Amino acid sequence: MIALVDYKAGNLTSVKKALATIGAEVFVPAEATDLAKARGIIVPGVGHFGATRALDQSWVEVILARVGEGVPLLGICLGMQWLYESSDEAPELKGLGLLRGRVVRLQPQSAGRTPHLKVPHVGWNSLSTVRDAAIAEGIASGAQVYFTHSYLAPVTSDTIAVTEHGERFAAIVQRGHVAGVQFHPEKSGDVGLRILRNFLAMAPRAL
Amino acid sequence: MWGCGSSAIFLRWRLVLSKRIIACLDVRAGQVVKGINFEGLRTAGDPAALARRYNAEGIDELVILDITATIETRRALADTIRAVARELFIPLAVGGGIRGEDDAAAVVEAGADKVSLNTAALAQPALITTLADRYGSQAVVVAIDAKKAGDGFAVFARSGQTAADRDAVEWAREAEARGAGEILLTSIDRDGTKAGFDCALTSAVSSAVSIPVIASGGAGDLDHFVEVFTEGRADAALAASIFHYEETSVRHLKEHLRGHGIPVRL
Repeated sequence: MIALVDYKAGNLTSVKKALATIGAEVFVPAEATDLAKARGIIVPGVGHFGATRALDQSWVEVILARVGEGVPLLGICLGMQWLYESSDEAPELKGLGLLRGRVVRLQPQSAGRTPHLKVPHVGWNSLSTVRDAAIAEGIASGAQVYFTHSYLAPVTSDTIAVTEHGERFAAIVQRGHVAGVQFHPEKSGDVGLRILRNFLAMAPRAL
Repeated sequence: MWGCGSSAIFLRWRLVLSKRIIACLDVRAGQVVKGINFEGLRTAGDPAALARRYNAEGIDELVILDITATIETRRALADTIRAVARELFIPLAVGGGIRGEDDAAAVVEAGADKVSLNTAALAQPALITTLADRYGSQAVVVAIDAKKAGDGFAVFARSGQTAADRDAVEWAREAEARGAGEILLTSIDRDGTKAGFDCALTSAVSSAVSIPVIASGGAGDLDHFVEVFTEGRADAALAASIFHYEETSVRHLKEHLRGHGIPVRL
């Protein structure tokens, strides 16, 4: 079973539907201890980093423990940003800290500039693959995915693919069996479904 | 032998946000009511079938507009949303008669990613913030119907019937400040004319806000889209009936745009 963590940051309907389409058995844990039966954990989410406050110490401890046991973890959009140490959007909160770095705000550019770059970054943009990783298997450079976000994660050694909107940022990340995508795979057509399938393949059958 | 490094890989792709092409399905009691009477598309009245076809052609997003929006058709709308959302993994916005939180919750629960507010947002602007707080700004589209008035553009409510006594640029700015994630901007003057988008209106609003602006109303040929993405500074363009005709398939349109240097998802 794949645990889909609901911390009230957006609507889970689309993610659930996409996971059902690729044959994943999904449950929404009512409390952190329910994660014991997960063979994979997905932290979705859109909106403000402050929403991650709901993922309190009890969740953090269980998630870190399960990841330590080899259970793969996927963060989507805000869920990916939460994998880092902190975010400028809510500096008083700590992220999970499984990935190094700080999430910062995308800088809008004035209307006079060409091209006129808007924030939030909303729409389909291209991925450029930096290196191979399980989460991005079969994803070609140039593939387009659907983004909607105002904050970005820096390009580090964990970055698998980058995208650019005024500046280059991490679009797909993976470190061990911890992965993240800044875009919405559940809204990114076949490319997105492939990424979710790749995540399922990372989850050991036995768990 | 340079060209093998990662920097060269970075340079191979143009990493730029695509201009979105959005198809609008005008739905009444579960059936698409625009452009359903052309040959060769037997299931054109079925929103899910049409959505499937647009998706196969590479549409970037869908809008379902409930044009009757009575309490009796709400159940049909939810069924339509579910049928469309079941098999499509692209963003889906739903508008028409969303009067409050309960209406919004019903369409979100059925599978809409975005809720489009028009008359209700004008009547009770706080609803924008309420929904943005609940679902995130990315889920709240404020639809503005505007008509040229003197040097500016006047906003109309109730499907263009009632003057709202607001300026379109000002209202767009306010909507953004209140938490809207996108503006769906329709030119009443151009709607249905196939005379081209109102680039002056679109550019005025798009330059005034930092959230994306979807241009709507007036799409008649491929070059109208080129104009609205260049002159009009639109982030996305929406059309309904134009996509029913083979010569303006979504794919053909996107190839045309790409030929004009406009980034699209192909």
